[in-house]
Amino acid sequence: MSDIHVDRRDDEIEEHAVSHAGHPGSREYVRIFFILGAITAVEVAIYYVRDEMGGWFLPLLFTLMISKFAIVVLWYMHLKFDDRRFSRFFVMGLAGAATLYLVVLISFRVFLS
Amino acid sequence: MADVSIAKVRDEHETTTGLPHTKLAMWLFLSSECLLFGALITTYVLYRGASTKGPFPSDIFDIGYTSVSSFVLLASSLTMVLALGAAQRRDFMRMRLWLVTTAMLGMTFVGGQVYEFTAFYREGLALTTNLFGTTFFVLTGFHGVHVTVGILMLLSLTGMSFADRLPDDPAFPVEMVGLYWHFVDIVWIIIFTVVYLIPTGPVGK
Repeated sequence: MSDIHVDRRDDEIEEHAVSHAGHPGSREYVRIFFILGAITAVEVAIYYVRDEMGGWFLPLLFTLMISKFAIVVLWYMHLKFDDRRFSRFFVMGLAGAATLYLVVLISFRVFLS
Repeated sequence: MADVSIAKVRDEHETTTGLPHTKLAMWLFLSSECLLFGALITTYVLYRGASTKGPFPSDIFDIGYTSVSSFVLLASSLTMVLALGAAQRRDFMRMRLWLVTTAMLGMTFVGGQVYEFTAFYREGLALTTNLFGTTFFVLTGFHGVHVTVGILMLLSLTGMSFADRLPDDPAFPVEMVGLYWHFVDIVWIIIFTVVYLIPTGPVGK
């Protein structure tokens, strides 16, 4: 009886290990880190030449920020590989935060100006 | 003994939705954290450039120093996923090594933040000096507290590993702590850009 239990436990552990099978390996994690580091370096570099960039500075900065955000969430937090319902929960929070920002912005800036 | 182990495994992955409850709860928690930091970042942005007296961000920020802190936090995200990979392979020695490394990188970041806060205070910026001081210290302070909580979670996990108190699937708690840690990292990605890299001087500049 005890052996059967042990077998089932091993099966469940193996099943969980299989569920991680889609996750990237160490080499890809390191590659992603270098990409994130490079993006950060570009962000800092354009900060120092912002006067020469004119109107391109802010859009480029925000594009780089969103890229870094997405890379961490999709690869390091595994949303790219996990069940889509986890993504929906997270997007729900992000959408809530964005809505909050817009409501406050409208309340304080648009209505008062 | 075997029965106890089975019960533990079942409890860890208890589900009525096909998704582990613990993981679902963690994502819901992170989702609610988006609202918290959304409110703090919104407040900072709303009062950007509204301070009538200094010091102003452009007077005191040291972008080179903060860039190094950002790299340190990014590196901690790498070591965190390496710890998860090791836990999935049941390579406990490497798992502990990467967990401790992550905690140390986190401590370096928090230490850097404490140093930065102290330097700003010496330059005349306190919580009540102006709108910039209030919104800056509250936003970055809350983030620092989150990093500190993450460090405690990492060290607890390492301690549990040494005491052989991790569940039969050690990757699961490492993944949960990892999700929290990466969330703290993505919040910093936004703070670094919005607070530090978009320069603000006195009103109207």
